[in-house]
Amino acid sequence: MSGRPDPPVIRLEGVVKRFGELRVLDGLDLEVARSERVALIGPSGSGKSTILRVLMALETIDAGRVEIDGVDLWPARRNGGPWADEAHLRRCRAKVGMVFQHFNLFPHMSVLRNVTEAPVQVLGLSRREADERARELLDRVGLADKVDAHPAQLSGGQKQRVAIARALAMEPEVMLFDEVTSALDPELVGEVLAVLRRLARESRMTMLIVTHQMHFARDIADRVVFLDGGRVVEQGPPEEIFSRPRHERTRAFLQRLLEAE
Amino acid sequence: MTFDWRFAWEILPELLRALVVTLQATGLGMALALALGLVWAVLRRSRRRLVALPATGLVEFVRSTPLLVQIYFLFYVAPSLGLSASPLVSGVFALGLHYSAYTAEVYRAGIEGVPKGQWEAAIALNLGRWRTWRAIVLPQAIPPVIPALGNYLVAMFKDTPMLAAITVLELLQTAKLIGAETFRYLEPLTLVGAIFLAVSLLAVRLVRRLETLSERPA
Amino acid sequence: MELPAPADLLPPLLGGVWVTVRLTVGGAALAAVAALAGGLGRVADNAAVRAAATAYVEVFRGTSALVQLFWFYFALPLLGVELGAMTAGILVLGLNTGSYGAEVVRGAIRAVPRGQYEAAAALSFSRRQTMWRVVLPQAALAMVPPLGNLLIELLKNTALVSMITLHDLTFRAQLLRSETLRTVEIFGLVLVLYFLLAQALALGTRGLERRLALGRDYGGLR
Repeated sequence: MSGRPDPPVIRLEGVVKRFGELRVLDGLDLEVARSERVALIGPSGSGKSTILRVLMALETIDAGRVEIDGVDLWPARRNGGPWADEAHLRRCRAKVGMVFQHFNLFPHMSVLRNVTEAPVQVLGLSRREADERARELLDRVGLADKVDAHPAQLSGGQKQRVAIARALAMEPEVMLFDEVTSALDPELVGEVLAVLRRLARESRMTMLIVTHQMHFARDIADRVVFLDGGRVVEQGPPEEIFSRPRHERTRAFLQRLLEAE
Repeated sequence: MTFDWRFAWEILPELLRALVVTLQATGLGMALALALGLVWAVLRRSRRRLVALPATGLVEFVRSTPLLVQIYFLFYVAPSLGLSASPLVSGVFALGLHYSAYTAEVYRAGIEGVPKGQWEAAIALNLGRWRTWRAIVLPQAIPPVIPALGNYLVAMFKDTPMLAAITVLELLQTAKLIGAETFRYLEPLTLVGAIFLAVSLLAVRLVRRLETLSERPA
Repeated sequence: MELPAPADLLPPLLGGVWVTVRLTVGGAALAAVAALAGGLGRVADNAAVRAAATAYVEVFRGTSALVQLFWFYFALPLLGVELGAMTAGILVLGLNTGSYGAEVVRGAIRAVPRGQYEAAAALSFSRRQTMWRVVLPQAALAMVPPLGNLLIELLKNTALVSMITLHDLTFRAQLLRSETLRTVEIFGLVLVLYFLLAQALALGTRGLERRLALGRDYGGLR
């Protein structure tokens, strides 16, 4: 169809992130194409969550380049390191939505207000428009009857579904999911994964998912990326990674996971 | 009119002498508050409601009413109670009584922080109430709350100027007298403020040092 | 109408109660503003703002309220600024209590979990929006009990203005005592009046707490 390939919506090139002495990201390279569904897997401490936090500019980087939709996240230099002013970061963040492991819902607002607050305050929607959008999203995640409840009255699974609706309400280009089921009781995991599956099915949203749920990753991902020691060890389609991993470390990791089940 | 540094330097010795009086009042007042507060704290835990309720009521009442009024009250009724008519004595009693209401709360927190098992072990060993308090409960209850008590010491220090109302020759009263004699209030009052600031900053630093000491495992 | 003792002492004292109430309300309003400004200033990004806020808090917390009152009423005129006794009273009570309040505000802001800041950032809230729409509403609930205590401290401190001859309840008590020498009755009554005022403030504080907590679990701060 079109001659020129679409540029990647996310690009990390040679990214280094240090926490004290520790190199959590050690020269990381990663690209995500538009509408692609990528699962990030790896042992704890491998830097998976850090990648998402870097993309959201919740963490600065020490070296390398981060591009969102072709725009350099840290275009300037200060004190010898990458830097950007607040206004620029906010513009870049507007394209990315994030769902956190611990939900981070606003406890002093109702469910409906949690979802409408940012569209009203940041995007400038009228309350009525934001309400309409919010109700539609909450209905899609199965919580139409909870719009007036407060987060404290919800179960973990319900809270996470509200968090997903809240992020989607900003109409981002990319959605980041940071171990969104890890803090849930086992019986609540399914309802959240169902929402993610539905999102993948019914939209063309680019999704970057950090997860331990291997079956889910296999189902939903176009590409699985295995990380260890702050670098990409191997990546490819799920069938390849899960059934015929090429690297020893990938094999060892998957083996440990299987034994744990 | 600007600040006259030479005059300030002249009156400094007199103010420092007044500081001694201030510190005396604080020290004596705190000693009384520490002792009396412990009495209230123990009484409030009595199982006899006739003892516990009035103690609680008194503590609440003293805490919720102004120290200045309590100072006036004690100063005027002291002679009829048989206390010395010296303003310093009634002042110290007022400070001690008022702050005993605060230290009682601090002690209460400390006592409630002692695990119930300690009480039970003491009962099992038949130690008797007095010895249980002295040897088991208080030695564990008090050290953690020493920083809080230290903070109240600093607070009391800052309340001593109220004794000027009953003519105790502490810092504020001395500054007032200098001002009345020389018609220059700026220097004495500013110096008094600076002295308070210096002493309380120092004291707060010491209390914080106490905090870190008490956090180290016993 | 002849009231029985000690109630006959009430009429002359009640005028003083009104002055005390005015001082409390005025001082509390100023203290609220000062506490908010001071607390926010202490956590600001700008180093100069932080330094100014810290200086304010340390100076007003570190010196005695009564000394501040005297300084503002007697020393400030000598630098060119004349203040009436009521103005000086409200100013000092507000700034003094506000400095303690600033620490309460600062502590409550810092107690809000970091995840809330991250969620706000992920939704592209600006720093100001994050503070005013996400952080402060949550900090507010945790602030109310300690600020309620400070309000009662402020009420007690209003008695200090009697020493700069403002006709508050304590001043009237002194006046009445020198006229009638009924010391125990007068001061007993006055203490009870202050106690009742303090209880009213405590009730108001608890009511405010309940209203703010509707539907919430203290935002994870308890």
